[in-house]
Amino acid sequence: MNRLLATAAATLTIVVAVAGRAEAIDIQEVTSPGGLTAWLVEDHAIPIVSIEFAFRGGASRDPADMPGVANLMSGLLDEGAGGLDSKAFQARLDALSISLTYDAGRDTFTGSLRTLEENLDAAARMVRLSVSAPRFEDEPVERIRAQIISSIRRNERDPDRVAGRALLEAAFPDHPYGRPVDGTVESVSAITVEDLRTYHGQVLARDNLVIAAVGAVDAARLGRIIDRMFGRLPQKANLGRVADTRPVGDQRISVDMAIPQTSIRLIGPGIKRDDPDFIDAFVAAFILGGGGFGSRLFDEIREERGLAYSVGLGIGALDHTGLVSGGTSTRSDQANEVVALLEDEIRRYGEEGPTAQELREAKNYLTGSYPLRFTTSSRIAGQLLGIQLDDLGIDYVDERNDLIEALTLDEVREAAARLFRDGAFTIVRVGQPAS
Amino acid sequence: MTKLTRVPAAMAVVAGLTAGTSLAAGDALAQSIHERVSQFTLDNGLQVVVVPDNRAPVVTHMIWYRIGSVDEPPGKSGIAHFLEHLMFKGTTTHPEGGFSERVADIGGNDNAFTTADATAYHQTVARQHLGLMMEFEADRMRNLVISEDEVRTEREVILEERRSRIDNEPAAQLGEAVAAALFQNSRYGIPIIGWEHEMAGLTRQDALDLYDRYYTPDNAVLVVAGDVTEDEVRELAEATYGQIPAGAETPEPLVLTEPPPLTPRVVSLADERVRQPTLSRHYLAPSYATAEPGEAEALDLLADILGSGTTSRLYTNLVVDSGKAVSSGAGYRGMRRGDSSFVLWGVPRGDRTLDDVAADLDAEIATLLADGVTEEELERAKRRVRASTIYAEDDSSRIGRTYGMALVLGRSIDDVREWLDRIEAVTVEDVNAVARTYLDPRRSVTGRLTGVDGKAS
Repeated sequence: MNRLLATAAATLTIVVAVAGRAEAIDIQEVTSPGGLTAWLVEDHAIPIVSIEFAFRGGASRDPADMPGVANLMSGLLDEGAGGLDSKAFQARLDALSISLTYDAGRDTFTGSLRTLEENLDAAARMVRLSVSAPRFEDEPVERIRAQIISSIRRNERDPDRVAGRALLEAAFPDHPYGRPVDGTVESVSAITVEDLRTYHGQVLARDNLVIAAVGAVDAARLGRIIDRMFGRLPQKANLGRVADTRPVGDQRISVDMAIPQTSIRLIGPGIKRDDPDFIDAFVAAFILGGGGFGSRLFDEIREERGLAYSVGLGIGALDHTGLVSGGTSTRSDQANEVVALLEDEIRRYGEEGPTAQELREAKNYLTGSYPLRFTTSSRIAGQLLGIQLDDLGIDYVDERNDLIEALTLDEVREAAARLFRDGAFTIVRVGQPAS
Repeated sequence: MTKLTRVPAAMAVVAGLTAGTSLAAGDALAQSIHERVSQFTLDNGLQVVVVPDNRAPVVTHMIWYRIGSVDEPPGKSGIAHFLEHLMFKGTTTHPEGGFSERVADIGGNDNAFTTADATAYHQTVARQHLGLMMEFEADRMRNLVISEDEVRTEREVILEERRSRIDNEPAAQLGEAVAAALFQNSRYGIPIIGWEHEMAGLTRQDALDLYDRYYTPDNAVLVVAGDVTEDEVRELAEATYGQIPAGAETPEPLVLTEPPPLTPRVVSLADERVRQPTLSRHYLAPSYATAEPGEAEALDLLADILGSGTTSRLYTNLVVDSGKAVSSGAGYRGMRRGDSSFVLWGVPRGDRTLDDVAADLDAEIATLLADGVTEEELERAKRRVRASTIYAEDDSSRIGRTYGMALVLGRSIDDVREWLDRIEAVTVEDVNAVARTYLDPRRSVTGRLTGVDGKAS
């Protein structure tokens, strides 16, 4: 088995260029004896291993009338599996100093493992049990259900949460992206173990699995480890179809709440990650609202006028839509002024686009700061996972800064016009009614 | 999903507990990187710590000043944090926003934060820009320029920050009231961000007075963590910070301690916005700075045994076994210049009330005081601490933060290095002794957060 693996493991050297000095990160593409693929950055400086993995098909595959299934399951995979009940499973993780957590995103169901190298084999067994033989026993199901409902209730009067939820409902009516990932009190109350098992059987499989590993493990051992983790899963996922969609713009929604500061959120159409102009749009949005100090919105709303503590906007890409979203918060009596300012600035930017200097500064920051995403094991693993999920290819780490450097002012102006010129954003306000 | 074992907002406000800033399990020690840490002092009194780590070609540069909210003059609450904001405005050498613009231009990240005991500014950049960061930061230690206009605008920004963090969050509002009740003499009962009515009156001169008195090399600690050697740091620091004279008089850190508390107190907030009632119990406890030797280490381990994670006593007994609570836990913050606090909390499940939660926590404490912790519980807690120190080595900037915090509180790098040894030396008797001494009802403030419809009480 090891021999086969050695020939199957292709090693590609990726160079992350830091201005004036090149440092190499070796990203190996590892194919396991069982046929799974993982990306690996081997680093033996510290005796730890981080493995991030994701199954395509997250909360967007919840039953339409029952949001929250993926999220509830994410709280239960480590609450009893195989021959271990909930307490035994948690005690074992604790005894081995293993951190194993699951999370439901919109398009992915993710797992995150961190272990000491000496416990890697035992950790692989814990992952295998949790993904292939969860017990879903009454006590943990009811306990975790109660925690989720408690958290939903807690958020019912949190202005930012309320605004975010209203924003997605309005932007994506009749689409999974419009439903809350954590569900509603009603839906979470109604989820049965059968619902969990159905979702589990559909989504946790080998053909929709993506893996990234960083740390004290070599390619041969990693191959054996991931086979141990995922070898018992079915080959094929059974993911229901999710339609491509565009966020519905041009709506104004107000939610009344007696609070001193109004939360303002906005959303509008963006472009998808696989669009050839995605990088153009990413940079165009960054200049308007990304990165804090120095963005147009930050300068106009915070630095010039002191109207907010935080303000920002950025492009987001889900598997089935592209979007631009952002927001700020301001004293209630200033909310009208701030909404008008946001709309004006966005439209003006759509018409004029960035200046040559703004583009230069954005390029400098975005290319110069890229290596800062690769400073710790978990950050590196997260980057490798994201690049795989976006199908960008193993040499993306090497190409990404060149793609940004190559952008012309015309290209970014065109992207700014495409995203912002018609100003058709849906805007949600949560706070005291507008006077 | 995130299991409900983390510290809720209300407790965080009181104890100043935030992930990554406590010395508790996670930030210190283990052999390799800590053995490479070195320290020296420039002629002008600036203390320098170097944390070499060449795994990525990046450095984190941070300067810590011994000036926190506890040092503010009466009536000027929030001025330390306000000055932190104004430090980004500009200097005689580099005009408004020049520092942050330059950091962005080289692809770096910069920010700052204010705590009760310190103010810190930090940048993470490619290693070859370290000298540039020192040049800018040393310039800002000396040559700050702020206009009345900038002060007026930025004051609105901090008021918006307060609305976001506190006024829009009932749990945070209760947290302020709990802290005000818990700390009867020291300044930890005054919010770091300030009381709104005093923030509204803060002036340019208030900020400059603080700046002139406290922003001097002899009142600061420089930490550089990352791909760098001690020699490189020494050379760059001498050429930049080294050119600044010491202050006329090094400020003596203000340390006010608490009188023996005699009265259990209850602080309640009922607010329509609260949909999930929560009860927290805060005990006045010493910090690493004010405790007898070994006590703070024992308190760290006690917090771990009682209330850290899903295998802790409180989670096992109240959340898993009896199903009485949705979540429950405990926490302790040892890194303070003055006295600190130890907290337990619980969120009721089903139709249980906050009175039930209070009784449940009381029963757990009574059992703890009667029977003590077990040898096995203590060993498991120590093992968690050992593992977390190994995991912590993955992020040298965080280790740099631990050293910066320790030194700015007057501790030494050996205190940090030997922390794990001191943890190992803690006995069952030590843990039981601090539990008996500090989990005394007279030392406590109970915070009750409820809705207004009656059933959430």
